[in-house]
Amino acid sequence: MSGDADAHRGQGEDVRHNGHRPYGEIYEDPARLRRDGSISDVTKDGVRGERPGRAALVGGHDLTGGRGERGAAGSGGRHRGGRAGRKRRKGEQPMVPEAEFTSYYGRPVLNQPAWKAQNIAGYFFLGGLAGAGSVLAAGAELTGRPVMARALKVSSAASIAGSAAALIHDLGRPGRFVNMLRVFKPTSPMSVGSWLLAAYGPAAGTAGLCAASGRLPRLGRTASVGAALLGPAVAAYTAVLASDTAVPAWHDGYRELPFVFVGSAAAAASGAALLASPLAENGPARTAALAGTALENAAVKTMERRLGLVAEVYREGGGGRWMRAAEALSAAGAAGAALLAGRSRVAAGVSGAALLAASACTRLGVFQAGMASSKDPKYTVVPQRERLRAREREQQQSRAGARHGASDGEEARD
Amino acid sequence: MTDSLTGGGSTGGSLVGRNLLAGAEDDPAGDAGHTGHPPRVGFFTDTSVCIGCKACEVACKEWNAIPEDGLDLTGMSYDNSQGLGASTWRHVAFIEQSKPLGHAHADVDHSGTDVLALAAEIPTGSAAAQPHAAGAPDAPGPPEADGRTELRWLMSSDVCKHCTHAACLDVCPTGSLFRTEFGTVVVQEDICNGCGYCVPACPYGVIEQRPHDGRAFKCTMCYDRLGAGQEPACAKACPTDSIQFGPLDELRERAEARVTQLREAGVSDARLYGHDPDDGVGGDGAFFLLLDDPEVYGLPPDPVVTTRDLPDMWRHAGAAALALLGGLAAVFAAHGRSTATTRRFRR
Ligand code: SF4
Repeated sequence: MSGDADAHRGQGEDVRHNGHRPYGEIYEDPARLRRDGSISDVTKDGVRGERPGRAALVGGHDLTGGRGERGAAGSGGRHRGGRAGRKRRKGEQPMVPEAEFTSYYGRPVLNQPAWKAQNIAGYFFLGGLAGAGSVLAAGAELTGRPVMARALKVSSAASIAGSAAALIHDLGRPGRFVNMLRVFKPTSPMSVGSWLLAAYGPAAGTAGLCAASGRLPRLGRTASVGAALLGPAVAAYTAVLASDTAVPAWHDGYRELPFVFVGSAAAAASGAALLASPLAENGPARTAALAGTALENAAVKTMERRLGLVAEVYREGGGGRWMRAAEALSAAGAAGAALLAGRSRVAAGVSGAALLAASACTRLGVFQAGMASSKDPKYTVVPQRERLRAREREQQQSRAGARHGASDGEEARD
Repeated sequence: MTDSLTGGGSTGGSLVGRNLLAGAEDDPAGDAGHTGHPPRVGFFTDTSVCIGCKACEVACKEWNAIPEDGLDLTGMSYDNSQGLGASTWRHVAFIEQSKPLGHAHADVDHSGTDVLALAAEIPTGSAAAQPHAAGAPDAPGPPEADGRTELRWLMSSDVCKHCTHAACLDVCPTGSLFRTEFGTVVVQEDICNGCGYCVPACPYGVIEQRPHDGRAFKCTMCYDRLGAGQEPACAKACPTDSIQFGPLDELRERAEARVTQLREAGVSDARLYGHDPDDGVGGDGAFFLLLDDPEVYGLPPDPVVTTRDLPDMWRHAGAAALALLGGLAAVFAAHGRSTATTRRFRR
């Protein structure tokens, strides 16, 4: 490099004509500096040209002649949650007594997805409605409930189209949607889901079109059986999609979330069935509404118990509001379905609408709870700290146990 | 789906058995299908010598042509880039603490110390050293900041950890994220469709979608430079060699030696973070020497790759799907055929 610069100077001009002086005039020649040991360089083969004592022994020397000892005891140790380690902006009030933890200026540990609530919660809701709807449609068809069957096939076809549209709309590059089908990756729930939609979507669409038009009944029947077999997977996989992330409220609930989602899906599809079917046909929908609501609410309760501290996000804030709305609506919808929907067409319709709304609220609640848990470092740091401490305790115990065992052995030998 | 579920579950199980989803793993590049690949490389960031100059941040931005992403003044010490993201691939954290660092205590009263006199005692060989110049009697004392004179500064340059088991890579549905022959994790921008799934999957909050672009971006460990036999731009620019680049096993040895050295010198807080191949992500390709708990630096204390639990997730989802199918079938079986039907569907 400096050779180049010398050459330019030799010619008496800077050939670059850009107003800058040649390299060698501004900087020293790095190769020479390295030779002299004035600079060091980290290479693939280790540090080169390192001067002795380069890596300072930070804190390694007592420069105070022993006068610093007061600081060791008096400094009060680390900054705890809610104090300097976790700066709160002015006017911000703590919602709950804060768990003791440390963070970097209260900044989240995780990055939040740019997912839009209406797209992703909508995608979960419509996927569930479609999937469970296909199962109900097939059941209705096989047990001689044609009006309900036709309505649900059409609603499933429409919902899955809406679900796919929501997903595509949420992409940063919607035009590249087909890249989802570039590979098949079992480690990616989104890849599995895309392939699942690629199989289920056409089946549900065909079933819906045949039912609406009354044409090609045999094709329609095959398609609706296919859709009914794939439907439960469509309703359940979205729970894995959410759980397979570092978001505490989703990941730590991965055992219960699929049951929350299929329960909610069953309730939504039953709601659609109650809205669309005559009284004579809606018996199974009423039972399914009850069962779905019961499953969903039981799974939510179990999940909250497992989540411990993290369960807060399902009880408070935006997530808590949606979850409470879902609970109230599903209770009303289920009660209406059980008590009134067998007698009054209007009551059946109202209960159905309440169940649909409840399912949408559940999905929004789960979505908002997840976002809240990823935004607050508390939900990342505290459970991980507890896990670490438990592991350390275990190790100590097993070490103590081993020592104990060893001394026992010695006694035995004596 | 039941097929694909059990399929997913059982392959998942065997994947874990071969440590492809979690656990210690020697050769991530080889397991990704690279043959005859170079040794796995990484970063060892020794925060004890970081001086917070942000040369790494700047070098990274320049080399990778990363766009400007906001010029905020945050009030978080000297940190205005706030955290890793789509357009911040190196981030220097600044932590102000009143806490001793080994033998060094920040809250020591130095008002009685005559630094110039001390300096004069050092034989410099220069006649200019004038002992009498020290201690001008009416010089004003050091400024008092309402008693807040106790301070130690921790600085640390954060970066993508290039996990052995990278959640971002595992969950990417397009195959845009991939494992390079160097064992690092890189996004292919021509394939990424901006689904954003990698963002909540990363346990460290590293990768992010760039607004107005839509695609996900993160540190590539200067894949282009590695290919040309060069060290990454940040390591090149770091004036204190706080950022060290090299083959990972060598870095781990070097780090071990350094942490022992510091501990022996009395810095009992010194610890390594992300170096352990048995941790929740199988060890980081970029690991750190820290002087306090990881969460103080905004790092998760015990990160786990989310896909470790994926086989179990598929199993639970499979059970839920079967419950939905079976439950609804049972409902219809209990209600039997509709009596009010006018049209029979039996053929
Ligand atoms: S730190 Fe995050 S972005 Fe980097 S490899 Fe690991 S999971 Fe991916």
